[in-house]
Amino acid sequence: MSRTLHRDVAVIGGGLVGSSAALALRRMGFSVVLLDKGFCGAQASGVNYGGVRRQGRPPEQIALSQRAHAIWPRLKDLIGIDGEFVRSGHLKLARTGAEMASLEAYAARVADLGLDLELIGGNRLRERFPWIAGDVMGASLCAGDGHANPRLVSAAFAHAARHAGVDILEHTPVSHVEKALDGFHLSASSNTDIKARFVINSAGAWAGPFAEAFGEPVPLYAIYPSMIVTEPLDVFMTVNIGAEGGGIYARQVERGNCIVGGMRGEPLAEPDFSRPTGSGAVTIMNRAAALFPALRHAYAIRFWSGTEGEMADRNPVIGFSRTTPNLIHAFGFSGAGFQIAPGVGEVLAELVRDGESRTPIQAFAIDRFARTTQGSRADNGPEPKSRETAQ
Amino acid sequence: MSDAIRPLIVGAGPAGIRAAQVLVNLGIRPVVIDEAPSGGGQIYRQRLVPDERSAKDLYGSEAAKATNLHETFAGIRDRIDYLPETLVWNLRDKAADAVTGHRTRRIAFSHLILATGATDRVLPFPGWTLPGVFTLGGSQVALKSQGCAIGEEVVFLGSGPLLYLVAWQYVKAGASVVAVLDTAPFSAKLQLIRGLFAQPSVVFRGFRYAAELMARGVAVRFGVQPLRIDGTARVEGVVWRERGKEHRLACDAVGYGFSLRSETQLADLAGCRFIFDERDRAWRPERDGAGRTSMPGVYIAGDGAGIAGADAAELSGERAGLALLEDAGMSVYHARIGVLERKLACISKFRDVLESAFPFPAVWANGIADDVTLCRCEEIAVGDVRAAVRDQGVFELNRLKALTRVGMGRCQGRMCESAAVEVLAAACDRSPDAVGRLRAQPPIKPIPLEVAAEGEAA
Repeated sequence: MSRTLHRDVAVIGGGLVGSSAALALRRMGFSVVLLDKGFCGAQASGVNYGGVRRQGRPPEQIALSQRAHAIWPRLKDLIGIDGEFVRSGHLKLARTGAEMASLEAYAARVADLGLDLELIGGNRLRERFPWIAGDVMGASLCAGDGHANPRLVSAAFAHAARHAGVDILEHTPVSHVEKALDGFHLSASSNTDIKARFVINSAGAWAGPFAEAFGEPVPLYAIYPSMIVTEPLDVFMTVNIGAEGGGIYARQVERGNCIVGGMRGEPLAEPDFSRPTGSGAVTIMNRAAALFPALRHAYAIRFWSGTEGEMADRNPVIGFSRTTPNLIHAFGFSGAGFQIAPGVGEVLAELVRDGESRTPIQAFAIDRFARTTQGSRADNGPEPKSRETAQ
Repeated sequence: MSDAIRPLIVGAGPAGIRAAQVLVNLGIRPVVIDEAPSGGGQIYRQRLVPDERSAKDLYGSEAAKATNLHETFAGIRDRIDYLPETLVWNLRDKAADAVTGHRTRRIAFSHLILATGATDRVLPFPGWTLPGVFTLGGSQVALKSQGCAIGEEVVFLGSGPLLYLVAWQYVKAGASVVAVLDTAPFSAKLQLIRGLFAQPSVVFRGFRYAAELMARGVAVRFGVQPLRIDGTARVEGVVWRERGKEHRLACDAVGYGFSLRSETQLADLAGCRFIFDERDRAWRPERDGAGRTSMPGVYIAGDGAGIAGADAAELSGERAGLALLEDAGMSVYHARIGVLERKLACISKFRDVLESAFPFPAVWANGIADDVTLCRCEEIAVGDVRAAVRDQGVFELNRLKALTRVGMGRCQGRMCESAAVEVLAAACDRSPDAVGRLRAQPPIKPIPLEVAAEGEAA
């Protein structure tokens, strides 16, 4: 038997962006249905590295990132758990003089944006972080950044949204969406039809076809960041570690496991699932053992990987469709969505309620690619440095 | 032609060795990888250091089979590439990543025979994590491989044929066995009479073990419901309920298990399709009578393909080897295939009898208290699973893992998955097959971070 749900807003994709938007909208009083083809938060939102960092983002993302920054310490009130969020600081290492110069240049560029970066020279670094080995030239510390547990945070946002009255339909892929005179019509599996005034396309790596259906093709690719996890060890890694130029990032959770990333996995035959490659995992393991002497005799107990959407310019798409009124896109977070996602959720809710957001998002407009191909490159900050950089 | 055939056999137990033998006989040189330092598998595991014990001492009634298998393996050693103490930790695209000590290498193969065996099925109950508690298989390894008992006063507990075998081996070795506590009622054992037609020698052997245990004063109890293992720093006693009454015995070690569970992670990584096996109460790779999985060129034999015991492992190993040869276009002796398949069918029928004689304690999941540790690696309690069902609507095993960390630790669910499935299924009122199975990820067992890669890994 088929049913039709009438809601103010239909959200496609129950990752952290979709779930936090649904929660924010519901709290504003909108009726919301959220659809996910699987479990909410089971893809990139739930299986990313877990970095909660502003440092290193292009300047155009910082306002949004700052907005999210204010949300993270309030998770307990917002979604019922703290998500193992720790404000540990984020330390970005420079292994060469050129990388140190790049960190300095970045610090200068974002000096007025409130990140409070602290540049640390090599000698001072060895004093303060003696557990980091090797030829590290220096680092940049963002003391207010940290890390959290993605597998808990993402599911908890969806759970809180459901608790607040959002209809959450898991294992319900959207097969068709179109705009009619009376709003959007969505067809989903299990004989569910939905009519909604607004649609939010927050389908992550699967968002491309929905944008294309409304005449907005985008250069969105799937990537598969992969992580290795060590056995629990005495806690030594007191900050979330990143590296200028990419190649490695690492954090240690309270339980003692170290999570280290820096390479990409590959999709399986069933492309919703991916797996780290053996060579990628060995590379990360070796890099970790070389950088952190405490890991020299440790064992890796598990790997993981997930599917994430990446844009050609590594900035997300956030904002109204240019072809279709009341359609809002938010996807393509390019391996750096976890920290800003709760802020994006608030922004999306404002777009529905007010038609605009108090946080600047012009840089993330979906038509920037069309403009680029016409010859005037959109100002998207620096070129991506390394394809291995993430979080 | 045989140059193009470069099979990889994982596991050098009865299945792996017989598979290798078949290939070697036709001039094919397989790579054989095994985690143990010497061949034989768990059942015919060899001593770490030679001692005065004879094969008869070590393997009892199965001494001739063990000796024959070990001699076979020794006889083909120079015609295989054998990598002992080596773990296959990843499989992808016709290549395996195998780590030996701190060296990992990528091994390309044309065909794959998985003979990965089984481990004990563990069901937690209060006190099961105390020092002095071992699995039945672990108790047997201590005796066979290291020549030591798990304690001075030992109680064996649980279900499955291994329960009596291990107890008997301990008694034979001169250890003091206090009791054998069987969770199945005595009436279930009457089912074995049905098995007399299929495998009379196995049934008589079983009865002989039980009789000899009793003759030596070992208390053998049936219909036992384990309540707890007592102790503070280590095992001090076992408490159980039997016909409505509580009993306690003092002991300093407990060996326990509830039949076996197949080691299937590599089959999962190889992309094999799985089916739920009602008899094993577990998911296992789908296979035909010859051991062909759903993946072309991937074969499976022995207990890793579903629990059937050591004799079946030898037969199915040989059968899988022959299937590989058939598929590679080589001519094989068809009469032998008929014999193997008939014997395997006979053992399979007998397994049905054994399952009814050693039934799974299906009531366990509802009776176990919330505060009992379910996942030892991650220290997750039974109640945490029930809470995830109640509060977050969990009904699927991988989701349970994501939200509670069950199965996320060192063992990657190899020890706790069976129990987690039972608790989850009972809590969300589904059947065990309906809650799914954990997706395998490399590494299937922990590997050192400081591992040197020879060439590219897979």
